[in-house]
Amino acid sequence: MRREIPMAITTLTGLIMIIVFFVPRWEDWSDIFLKWFTVIAGFALVLGAGSLLLVNLNKISRKASGWGYNVVLIIGLLATAGSGIIQGIGPGTMFDFIFVYFFTPLSATMFSLLAFYIASAAFRAFKAKSLEAGLLLVTAFIVMLGRVPIGEMMWNALPFAQSIPLTEIIEKWIMGCFNTAGQRAIMLGASIGIISVSLKILLGIERSYLGGGD
Amino acid sequence: MTVFDKIKNLDRRWIFLFILISVIIPLLIPLNLKLNTSKPVEDIYSYMNSLPEGSVILMSFDYSPSTEIELNPAAIAIVRHAFQKKLKVVALALWPMGASMSQNVLTPLAKEYNKEYGKDYVNLGYKAGGSVLLISMNNGFATEFPTDINGTAVTDLPLMNQVKDYKSCALVVSLSAGVPGMKEYVQIVATRFGSKVAAACTAVSAPEMYTFLNSGQLLGLMGGLKGAAEYEKMIDYNGDARKGMDAQSVVHLVIVLFILFSNVVYFVDEYRKKTAE
Repeated sequence: MRREIPMAITTLTGLIMIIVFFVPRWEDWSDIFLKWFTVIAGFALVLGAGSLLLVNLNKISRKASGWGYNVVLIIGLLATAGSGIIQGIGPGTMFDFIFVYFFTPLSATMFSLLAFYIASAAFRAFKAKSLEAGLLLVTAFIVMLGRVPIGEMMWNALPFAQSIPLTEIIEKWIMGCFNTAGQRAIMLGASIGIISVSLKILLGIERSYLGGGD
Repeated sequence: MTVFDKIKNLDRRWIFLFILISVIIPLLIPLNLKLNTSKPVEDIYSYMNSLPEGSVILMSFDYSPSTEIELNPAAIAIVRHAFQKKLKVVALALWPMGASMSQNVLTPLAKEYNKEYGKDYVNLGYKAGGSVLLISMNNGFATEFPTDINGTAVTDLPLMNQVKDYKSCALVVSLSAGVPGMKEYVQIVATRFGSKVAAACTAVSAPEMYTFLNSGQLLGLMGGLKGAAEYEKMIDYNGDARKGMDAQSVVHLVIVLFILFSNVVYFVDEYRKKTAE
């Protein structure tokens, strides 16, 4: 019953949501389910924090490789959540201090590191080994340089620049034509995949969301 | 080991050093490169300009500090333009950290433009639910956000008596770094409920949004720091985005030169191998 009841709930809820989408008279049902979802989504945050604690405490107790980082994570989690619960999250509170002076610069640093790794990876991997790779390389050059003022300046120095503006090449041709065609193909493919997986979930064929590796 | 082998196996710390230098120098010594505007950004600006005084802009702060550098300038430029045009701003967040992002943008700008909280702008804060929340909000913002970020009942805020649902908003702007974000706004708020939606996103996610831009589902798009810099130029404000454009220009150029250099080495190496055979 541990699997059958959640599957029944999933199938029933899914079918109701599909039916009420096409029957305006039953729209109120959809509202009820949406409200339930919002409440459950709130609890998911608590569940996530609980799961994070369990996983990290388990690693610390086993003294797994790099367990010191898990200790830092738990201290960070408890200090941030505790200060927010006790003192609030407004300006001047400990929570605000942690957010502004720890979390924000650390997050920005992690994201900024991408620039260095992208440069290094591009140097090693981005080679015109075939015609397709060459086309991709040329397109990447045009977009990378065309998206920044220095590229526009370089393009404007070319004799034919006035007759073919760089923004037109990027916006209309590359982004508006080739990119859009590719993106739409990916989106349509993904959407068909989502419909297929949704149907499998509703019919009880796909059960991995229940956990347990079945 | 030949010189080609040495270049092929170049220590990546040299690349890191070049990137670091090309970021720092333009920030310290600005190049003041000329910046042109693009249509997707111009469309947002023109639409905002055409709105009558007192119109409401709904802004969704769907990002966290990791992408703050790219998206905060866009948020600041739009709020600045809205306050200059005497438009009202209602902020919310689909990301937990987005609530703090919105506070950091709105509070100093409201002070600068002498705007009153509750009357000229409101911050509803964060609520979980993503796309489901966006669908539910169509039944009334107050049902999903009974209180604002400070815990004040929205019924006590004069602006929220004017703003009931998406129809009360002249424009919805999603400042997005991922999911849930602009894609959900396009699919639900623009397509299903018929509201005007514009987006500001990280440069890496901008190409995906061109499909919605070309179909007319998206009013306009500010992609990355460049989009924000263009908007800053249009409202005649020299913010972080315009200041960062020089550094971004040089870094892009350096990366392109690195790729070109590695390709030259690759082809010369291939030629040498063939002639050796």
